[in-house]
Amino acid sequence: MQTAQKILPNLYRDSVALMQISSKMCDLPGVIQASAIMATEANIALLVGAGLIDKTIEPAPNDLLITIQGKDEKSLMAAFDQAEASLSGGQPENSNSADTNLSPRSIEMALDEFSEANLALISCPGEYAGAEARKALLLGLDVMIFSDNVPVEDEVALKQLAAETGKLVMGPDCGTAIINGVPLGFANVVTRGDIGIVAASGTGLQQVSCLIDQLGCGISQAIGTGGRDLNAKVGGLSILKGLAMLADDENTAVITLISKPPAREIAEKVLALAAESGKPVVVNFLGADADALRGKNIFPAGTLEQAAHMAVHLSKGNKPSEKTLPRHNLDEAELRGLLSPLSDSQTYVRGLYSGGTFSYEAMLLLEKEIGPVNSSTPLRAGHKLNDIWTSTGNTILDLGDDLFTRGRPHPMIDHRLRNDRILKEARDPETAVILLDVVIGYGSHGDPAGSMSDSIRAAREAAVKTGCCPIFIAFVCGTEKDPQNLVGQEKKLRDAGAIVVGSNAQAVRLASDILSMVKEK
Amino acid sequence: MNENSPKNLNVINVGLSSFADTINGAGGKAINVEWRPPAGGDVAAATALAGLVNNSVIENANRTAFEKYLNAQPVLEGIGRAGDVIPNMGERTILYSGPPIDWQNVCGPVHGAVIGAVIYEGWAKDQTSAEDLLRSGEVTIDPCHHHSAVGPMAGIVSPSMPVWMVASKADGNKAFTTLNEGLGKVLRFGANSPEVIERLKWMQKTLSGVLSAALSASDGIDIKTIMAQALYMGDEVHNRNAAATGLLLKQLAPRAVRSNLPADDIAQAIEFIAGNDHFFLNISMAACKVMLDAAHGVPNSSMVTAMARNGVEFGIRVSGCGDQWFTTPAPVVEGLYFPSYSIADAAPDLGDSSITETAGLGGFAMAASPAIVQFVGGTPADSIVRSREMEPITIGRNDALTIPALDFRGTAAGIDIRKVVDTGILPIINTGIAHKEAGVGQIGAGITRAPMACFAKAILSLSESRIE
Repeated sequence: MQTAQKILPNLYRDSVALMQISSKMCDLPGVIQASAIMATEANIALLVGAGLIDKTIEPAPNDLLITIQGKDEKSLMAAFDQAEASLSGGQPENSNSADTNLSPRSIEMALDEFSEANLALISCPGEYAGAEARKALLLGLDVMIFSDNVPVEDEVALKQLAAETGKLVMGPDCGTAIINGVPLGFANVVTRGDIGIVAASGTGLQQVSCLIDQLGCGISQAIGTGGRDLNAKVGGLSILKGLAMLADDENTAVITLISKPPAREIAEKVLALAAESGKPVVVNFLGADADALRGKNIFPAGTLEQAAHMAVHLSKGNKPSEKTLPRHNLDEAELRGLLSPLSDSQTYVRGLYSGGTFSYEAMLLLEKEIGPVNSSTPLRAGHKLNDIWTSTGNTILDLGDDLFTRGRPHPMIDHRLRNDRILKEARDPETAVILLDVVIGYGSHGDPAGSMSDSIRAAREAAVKTGCCPIFIAFVCGTEKDPQNLVGQEKKLRDAGAIVVGSNAQAVRLASDILSMVKEK
Repeated sequence: MNENSPKNLNVINVGLSSFADTINGAGGKAINVEWRPPAGGDVAAATALAGLVNNSVIENANRTAFEKYLNAQPVLEGIGRAGDVIPNMGERTILYSGPPIDWQNVCGPVHGAVIGAVIYEGWAKDQTSAEDLLRSGEVTIDPCHHHSAVGPMAGIVSPSMPVWMVASKADGNKAFTTLNEGLGKVLRFGANSPEVIERLKWMQKTLSGVLSAALSASDGIDIKTIMAQALYMGDEVHNRNAAATGLLLKQLAPRAVRSNLPADDIAQAIEFIAGNDHFFLNISMAACKVMLDAAHGVPNSSMVTAMARNGVEFGIRVSGCGDQWFTTPAPVVEGLYFPSYSIADAAPDLGDSSITETAGLGGFAMAASPAIVQFVGGTPADSIVRSREMEPITIGRNDALTIPALDFRGTAAGIDIRKVVDTGILPIINTGIAHKEAGVGQIGAGITRAPMACFAKAILSLSESRIE
C-alpha cells in the first residue's frame, strides 16, 4: 500500500465538483482512499486525521490538493490521471473570443449584469459565507445561506443588519426554502397554494411541505431560518421576520411554524407575533408541551405529520380536528405476519437517518412510547453511544451529523456510509427493525431508493441465512413531481422487501408497535 | 419577496452551481458567480472587504478621486536639473523606483545603477569607492514616488540629471522623470560602465539643451493628446511607445531646428530620439503620475494611485490611505525572453512604469496594442479580452483615452482595491524584464499581474482607518 499527493496551484473548484472527482477516483481498481480538496488548513487537518497524509502540507486555500492511497504505483498514477482529466474538462477555459462576456466573479459583478436580482443563494465554504452574505445585504438583496460553519456572532450581525434594512436572511445552514414557487437548495417540487411555512429545520420543512402537497393543498412560501435562529443569542430574528412576511403576504392564508423548542422569551415573542398575524398559525415546536402553546390563532401540533394535516384542514376552511391520526396503515394481522420470522434475540430498533430532524423526532416519539434510546446525538446524557460506529440497544443515528460526515459527502447525496451501516445492523442478531428515511427532491441523490435497495436486498439475503432477518421500515419524503418521483421510489423500496409508510411519525410508531409486540411474545 | 417584483425570484448563486440549474429549471432565474475565495483566501481581508461593499462614503470619495484623475491635464513644460526642480531632493540624494527599501537589500539592477549615478555625479571615481561611500550612509537613497517623480526599471535620478517637468493645467501639480536612455547597456538596467556614464553626460549637456530650446519655443506640449493619438496607432504607451515617440518628435523637431543651437547637436538629438522607440515612455509615466497624484489623498477613497516595484517588493498606494505603501514580494515576470536568457536570469518585477497601468494605460489599454499581446503568445482577440477584463475592477472609463477595438470606449481606469479583492481579477501589467545582475540589461518582456497580497493589506488598512 502506498500514498501520494499532488498540489495543483491556483486551481479552484467547488466542493461538489471535488467530491465527484474524489468519488470517481475511489471507484478505480486498486485505489483504497482518494481525495481531491482545496488545500485549506481545515481540509489538511482532516486528511492528517484520516491518515491520508502524515507530513503537514502548507495550507494554500487556492491550491487544489489530490491525495491517493492505493495498492501500487500503477493505481496511484491512474487515479491522478483521472483526476486531472476531470479537472481539465470541468470549467471553461479562458475564452479567446472578444464576444464572450466575462462571467461574473463577485456578487457585485453579477448584479451589474442582472440588476433585477432579488436574492443571493450562498453555498461557498463557511469561513467565507458570512462575508458573501454581508455583501449581498449591502447590495440590497435578500439572502439564503446554505453554508454551515458560520460563527454565531456573524449570524447575529447579519440578521441585525438585515433587520435594519428590511431584508431577510435565511440560514446559515439553511438547507431548503421555496420562495415564490421556486425551490432553493434541497427542496421538493410542491404545488403552490396558500400555506406558508417558516422552519428552523430543513428536513422538517421538506416533510411538512411534501405532506401538504400529498394531501392536496399547496405552499405559498416556505422560509428556512437555519437551525440556530431560535438560539437565545440570535433571538429568532429570522423566524420573526419570516412570520411578519407571511402575515403580510396576501397569498398566504395559513402559517406553519416548525422548530425545536426555542428559549422561553423567544417562544413568547414568536407566539405573540403569531397571535397578531390574524391568520391561523400551526406550531410544531418538536418535543414542546402542547399545552404551553395555546393561544389565539395558535394550533399546536405534536409531529411534523400532524402539522401538515392541521395546516391542510385550516387551508380547506375546516377546524383542525383534535382526533389523533392513525398510527400507521398496517392492521394487527399484517403486524403479526411481519413479526413471525423474527428470532428471539431480535428486540431492538436501529434508525439510520439522513435527516437530522427526522432522527430527532424519532427519538422524541420513541422515548414517549418505549423509553429513552441511544444515539450519537442523544436527547439526554447517559444515552450517548461510546462508539458511534457500533449501535447498542435501541439506537437512532443522524448519519448527516458532522460526526459522520467529516471528510465525506452527506448521506442524502452519497449512500455509501449508510449502505455499509445497513449491512452492519442487519448482521447484528439483536436488530429487529431498521428504520430508514429517504429524502428526494432537488439536490438529493438521483435515485436514493435504487441505491439503498441493493443494500437492503444484500442485507436481507445475508440475514436470512443466519435466521435473523430484521424488518426494514422506510418512508420517502418527497412528491410525485420530484425528479426522482415519490411513487417510483416507494416501489423500489417495497420491491427490495421494505415496509413503506407515509411519514416519519408513522414509521416510528410502526417500529414502536413491533417492539412492544416482540416484548409480549 | 422583493417589493418591486413580488412574482419573480431572481437569484445570484454563489457556490454550488447545480443550485442555479435547479432554479432555472423550476421557473426562477439564476446566474452563477464564478466564485473563488476572495483576497486569495485571506479570510480576514475577505471579511473586512464585505463591510466596505456599496458604502456611500467610499463611493463618494471614489467619485471625487476619479474626477480629479480625469480632470488632470498633463502638459510637458520643459527640462530642469533634478537637484534644482525635484521637491526635497537636494544635492546628495539618489532616487530609485518602487516602494522604499534599504540600501543593503536592493536588487542587482538598482545596486549597479545607484553606483553608476555616484560615479556620474563624480562623488566617487570607481565602483569600490562608490560602494564605500554608499555604505557610509552619506548619500540618501529614496523612492522617486516620495518626490513627485517616477522612473522606469531601476528608476535612478541623481541631482545633475536633466528631468522632464510635466504639470497639470487643472491643479498645477507636477511630476518629474529622467530622459530615456534607449536600450542595451543603460543605467536603468544597472549598467555603469564608462560608455553608460558618457551617454548620460551627453544627455545632460547636448540632448537636454536641444530639448529645452525646443520646449521653450512653445506653451508646452499636451501629453494626453499624444497618448490618445498613440492609442489609435498601436501603442499602449507602456511597453510600446513607437507611435507616441514619433508624434512627440514631430512637435519637437521643427522647434529644435529653429533654435540657435549647432546643427550637429540638433541632428544628434533627433537621431537619438528617432533611434529609441521607448523615448516617450518616461513622459508617459510622468503624465500618469500627474493624473494620479491629483486623485491621491481623498479620505476614504479606495482608488489605487500608484503601483510600483523595486525588484524586491511590489507596492501600491491608495488615495484614502495617505503615504502608506502596501507591499509584498515582487513576482518574476512570465514572458518572452531574448535568445540565451530564461526566467532563471530574470530580476523580480522592477520599475515605476506600472504607473501607466494604474492610470488605465499599458496592460489596461492592451486592446489598442495587439502587437504587445504576442509577448505571451496571444492573439489580437486576447488583447481585447485582457482590456475588458480590467473593467470590473475599475471605477470608470477615461473617455479622453479611447480604444477603437473596444468600439471607441474609454480605457478602464481607477483601480478599486475592493473590486480587485472581491473578484480576484488582478491588474494586468505589460513590462520589460531586467537581468537580475546589474548591467546585463533587458532580457525580455512580458505580461504580469499585480499580486493580490498588496490589495488585501490595503483593504485591511482602509477598513480600520475609515471615517464614517
